[in-house]
Amino acid sequence: MEVSIPSLVAAILVMAAPLVLAALGETLTEKAGVVNLSLDGTILLGAMSGFVIASESQSVLLGFIAAACTGASVGAVLAIIGVRLGQSQVAVGFALTFLCRDLAYFLGNPYARQQGPQLETLQIPILSKIPFLGEAFFSHSAIVYVSLLAIPGCYYFLYHTRQGLILRSVGENPDGCWARGINPLRVQILYTVIGGGLVGLAGAAFSLAVKPGWGHPQGCEGIGWIALALVIFGGWNPIRVAAGAYFFGMLQLLGIYFQDYFTTIPPQIFQVAPFPLMIFALILINLGHKSRNQKLTGWIKLFSGRPPNWLGKTYKQT
Amino acid sequence: MNIIMQIRRIVLISVLALGAVSLLLILLGISPLTIGITLAKGSIFSWLKFNHVLSVWIPLLLCSCGLLFTFRAGLWNIGVEGQVICGAIGATLVLRLDNTGLPPAALLSLALFSSFLAGGLWGALAGLLKTKGGVNEIFGGLGLNFVAQGAVLWLILGPWKRAGMASMSGTDLFPRELWMWIPPGWRVAPAAMVLVIIIFLLTSLILNASQFGLKIKAAGFNPQASRLFGIRPGLVGFTAMSIGGGLAGLAGGVQVSCVYHRLIPSISSGYGYLALLVVMLAGYKVTPVPIICLLFACLAAGSIQLPITLQIDSSLSGVIQGALVLSGLLVYGLQQGKSRGH
Repeated sequence: MEVSIPSLVAAILVMAAPLVLAALGETLTEKAGVVNLSLDGTILLGAMSGFVIASESQSVLLGFIAAACTGASVGAVLAIIGVRLGQSQVAVGFALTFLCRDLAYFLGNPYARQQGPQLETLQIPILSKIPFLGEAFFSHSAIVYVSLLAIPGCYYFLYHTRQGLILRSVGENPDGCWARGINPLRVQILYTVIGGGLVGLAGAAFSLAVKPGWGHPQGCEGIGWIALALVIFGGWNPIRVAAGAYFFGMLQLLGIYFQDYFTTIPPQIFQVAPFPLMIFALILINLGHKSRNQKLTGWIKLFSGRPPNWLGKTYKQT
Repeated sequence: MNIIMQIRRIVLISVLALGAVSLLLILLGISPLTIGITLAKGSIFSWLKFNHVLSVWIPLLLCSCGLLFTFRAGLWNIGVEGQVICGAIGATLVLRLDNTGLPPAALLSLALFSSFLAGGLWGALAGLLKTKGGVNEIFGGLGLNFVAQGAVLWLILGPWKRAGMASMSGTDLFPRELWMWIPPGWRVAPAAMVLVIIIFLLTSLILNASQFGLKIKAAGFNPQASRLFGIRPGLVGFTAMSIGGGLAGLAGGVQVSCVYHRLIPSISSGYGYLALLVVMLAGYKVTPVPIICLLFACLAAGSIQLPITLQIDSSLSGVIQGALVLSGLLVYGLQQGKSRGH
């Protein structure tokens, strides 16, 4: 197999695009102090609804809109039961994970293994002609560009706008926000819904671009858990979270390449391997962060982060 | 809480969940009644089908018992799925031994014990990551699930591969004398039934009527306060994880020795995750667990008929289960809100 660096970079960007979107959505939600554990199911439900709507309407754009709405509605359910009614967010998210997954398989069944529309490659004029960079960064489908732009966008929103400041302060100190005339519950509900929308979009990115089509299984199972882990170990910082997503994309890609080189090892191992590798890479970083080793700390600071103070707790208005 | 309120709650949850699912089915042009009849036919209308229900009920109840321990200790043991797999590996390890000279009954008991041990170790590992490493048990457990899944694939396709050719359908069948005894006309081993009932009674006794149960509850409810009573919450949580893992491992051992008689890649069948839903719907209480397990087992067993007779995906049973749990959480939330005086 011919492997060139630009094509490798391009493949990683494509592989990681949905993961970036989902992880950024979850970052927004968690920064506001809410844990949305339902990612794995929401991505599947988004993938299904995106594919079905796009097939029926023959419009990829409508598919993406439908997927975002689906994800936002799942976020809304979590917001009502887990934020407004104060039930355990982990419990609600977990129940939603499985409800959404089975709902996706059930509703999507008539569309399984059917041909459907998919996103076309969008060559950026002039830029895509640059040698090396052009192939790596500027000849992708639209959703890859969206994922690339979402990273600085998300960072800018969180750290350089007033709305972002409000979001973060609700996650840190809802009582203080209440005293300053901000309704923390309203903010939390808003960003649970918006974050859910991004996660839904990630689903459609799978079924309409990265792994086109619908089936049981679709092929994106398990990604939601990786996205969740990325947010935590990426220290709730959009840029580090995205870096983790690209690292995982690279692991997946390596799995595909190694599969051809080591024919004695069953290919199933390579398909599963990135998941434990990723989680343990993250755990090692976390453990290393806790050690008092001076030499390590400088390097590990890159990956460290403090959770929002109010993460996962229920805010009760007094 | 009095009985009337409990019954009201159960009725409310069922009406909400079943109403929502029925509405969805009607919108799709499927009669909910037909679905209900098909599910019932596939689960409780014949002895053979009911045997199938029981064969789901046994591992589900075992996992749920394990989860009752960890939930009581305030821990989210998502690693339960990996613990089931490790238990299955532990049992297979013993049942594949050659020339032990042990009678089959002893070897089978040893296999079940080994499954308890293997699952317990896997649970303890997640507990260790939590208490010593400060790794959230949800992500430690999840990572260990992926590792266990990878390990079982590797064993089936590598060292324990089928004579001649490795196959995703699993390892070779164990010799006949190592199959747990099943009476003619049955599909479940009576020994497994007895085992699961004893385990449930023990769980109930330990959690509700022993000092250790009280310690687990204290450590889960308020770790800081429990320290004042000389309880070490880290140690108690670790023990709960080990016991929970052991019981989940036992479920894997039962699947290997009584159901499949070999190791297969999907040995856990998702029962670990399903058990998490069961215990959540039970409101983390012991008593309703076996009944909810039976209901979920009926749904799971009955849904096998759906693709055959109605060309409907069997994941509908998961939709019903999920809807029940979600409306359970909704009803708990609404009632708590009311009692707080909103």
